[in-house]
Amino acid sequence: MSTQDNASAYWSENLRIITTYLSVWFVVSYVCGILLVDSLDAIPFFGFPLGFWIAQQGAIFIYVGLIWMYVSSMNKLDEKYDVHE
Amino acid sequence: MSLDLLTYLFIGGSFVLYIGIAIWARAGSTKEFYVAGGGVHPIANGMATAADWMSAASFISLAGLVSFIGRDGAAYLMGWTGGYVLLAMLLAPYLRKFGKFTIPDFVGDRYYSQTARLIAIICTIVISFTYVAGQMRGVGIVFSRYLHVDINTGVVIGMAIVFFYAVLGGMKGITYTQVAQYCVLILAFMVPAIFMSMQVTGHFLPQVGLGATLDSGLSVLATLDKLSIDLGFAEYTAGKKSTVDIFCLTAALMAGTAGLPHVIVRFFTVPRVKDARTSAGWALIFIAILYTTVPGVAGFGRVNLIQTINGVDNAGTSYETMPTWFKNWENAGLLGWKDYNGDGKVQYAAGAAFDGSKGKPAFDGDARGEHGERAVTNAYANPTAKPGVPFANEVYVDRDIMVLANPEIAQLPNWVIALVAAGAVAAALSTAAGLLLVISTAIAHDLMKTIINPKISEKQELMYARMAAVVAICIAGYFGINPPGFVAQVVALAFGLASSSVFPVIVMGIFNKRMNKEGAIAGMCVGLGSTMAYMIYFTFMGGDKADLFLGISTGGFGAVGMVLNFIVAYVVSMMTPPPPAEIQDIVENIRVPRGAGEAHAH
Repeated sequence: MSTQDNASAYWSENLRIITTYLSVWFVVSYVCGILLVDSLDAIPFFGFPLGFWIAQQGAIFIYVGLIWMYVSSMNKLDEKYDVHE
Repeated sequence: MSLDLLTYLFIGGSFVLYIGIAIWARAGSTKEFYVAGGGVHPIANGMATAADWMSAASFISLAGLVSFIGRDGAAYLMGWTGGYVLLAMLLAPYLRKFGKFTIPDFVGDRYYSQTARLIAIICTIVISFTYVAGQMRGVGIVFSRYLHVDINTGVVIGMAIVFFYAVLGGMKGITYTQVAQYCVLILAFMVPAIFMSMQVTGHFLPQVGLGATLDSGLSVLATLDKLSIDLGFAEYTAGKKSTVDIFCLTAALMAGTAGLPHVIVRFFTVPRVKDARTSAGWALIFIAILYTTVPGVAGFGRVNLIQTINGVDNAGTSYETMPTWFKNWENAGLLGWKDYNGDGKVQYAAGAAFDGSKGKPAFDGDARGEHGERAVTNAYANPTAKPGVPFANEVYVDRDIMVLANPEIAQLPNWVIALVAAGAVAAALSTAAGLLLVISTAIAHDLMKTIINPKISEKQELMYARMAAVVAICIAGYFGINPPGFVAQVVALAFGLASSSVFPVIVMGIFNKRMNKEGAIAGMCVGLGSTMAYMIYFTFMGGDKADLFLGISTGGFGAVGMVLNFIVAYVVSMMTPPPPAEIQDIVENIRVPRGAGEAHAH
């Protein structure tokens, strides 16, 4: 595989990883935290209405998780295509 | 020990620490001045980013804001943290690989255009100045309240400290002072939060405590809902703003966060692309510690505030027996009371207490009323109570005092109050220093060295950078002493600008190889122009709120500007020639981590 092909294969896998994580990011923040927040509020969650909890705390925990999963996916990808430093 | 002495000790001690670090980490080269030599450990950079990012607004204002607006505060909580996901995945690693010092560097080189570079320079400077004015004000408020100097003296002391370590140490000095400042500010935020959580709920963690059940059998949130409804406020856990407005506000804050120059530049300081990603992860952990605590602080603070003022029987507390914090903040001008029903008791309910902008009181100098309260000149003649509420609102409480007053309202020991004061100063100074550095880099590196005179030597460039920092500090100080009456709106403008210009132009530069200078310039002009026009029309020219586009408030319009920027840039780039081959090679190159090396000069 030429360097050029290698680079574009790396890039398309990179885009797939980003798309996956950003979809979760979007669903958590905008769908659960904003659009459906009132319906989710009907579900109790450790003393919080669920929608309220996601919007004010839960989303932030998920963001932290997302970035660290992204970090580990990318480290593996860099090794796989031998583009790590 | 008295509170005054403790406060002097805590703030003075923290200053000695910052100055010591600044002397240890002075910058000798432009590279050290701009990007700390490019060798900062990702964890240290994560802490520095967190301190850089968490300003006086996060430390002092955010919990107060959430406390007063309830669930809608989520737009700020999610917006100011969710932006880091965008930053980590869409910007930071590629910009690190690109390996220059600034945003205008990237925009100017990627779009092979001095015009694009100049627009980026202007955005950087405007965003940073609007931001820094608020920080200096924050320092002034803390000094005036706790050290009994006037606000102006407080601002001058703050300027002197920042001057010392930003001008001397550049990015290197700032990075390591910010690490120390992060430790001070997070301690100062968490200690009272944990105390309050223990007091109110018996739970150690405020994150959990907010969901706890109180002795009354109701949860904290249910108690807040009940108190709010009893006093005529909207339910705490229900939304008040329209869904589309919250959606846009959140989006604008997220993209704005990812596009703020002083945050982006922090990712140029780490050694490798991999470290840029890791560093974003650390930064968000350090930020999340504070941000997930905010809802707890907001909730407990609100319960404490209402129950202290209105008493357990919800009938009010007589002014004479009000705790000292009430009178202290009244003296500082951030609380006001008018005894409308003449019973000598302070009563708090929904509605504006005074006939001023946002219900603020206008004080009659130092004149006092019959109970010893400060006399107010803009009281209503016939205030009416809301339906179902036993009294009309008699109190104005400034949102900004919540975090600072919380330890006093909760009757915590004096050293906690002193610690909070030191934390607020650390939050304001760390952000101010980061912003001032960005301004001085934009002037010395982007404007002087790259556009005006590429022949200046490194020594001269460093001198220009220091001179620019001095001028920037003086201007920032001026705004701190004579704040424009619209600091909050101006900060909204900074996020609007970042989300409608900086963020899209960088994302397209990385992810769309076909994007050319015509598209980028057109996109930036449309995004920037529409956002500024909207904000200026509705904020300063008295635009009628009924005319708002889809009911989107000015703070949320940056999201619309961002979408316009993307569309216009795409269409224009398709109608104009593609960028030259060497530019496409740059894009290929920044997409692959290997070979980032050190951040380099031209």
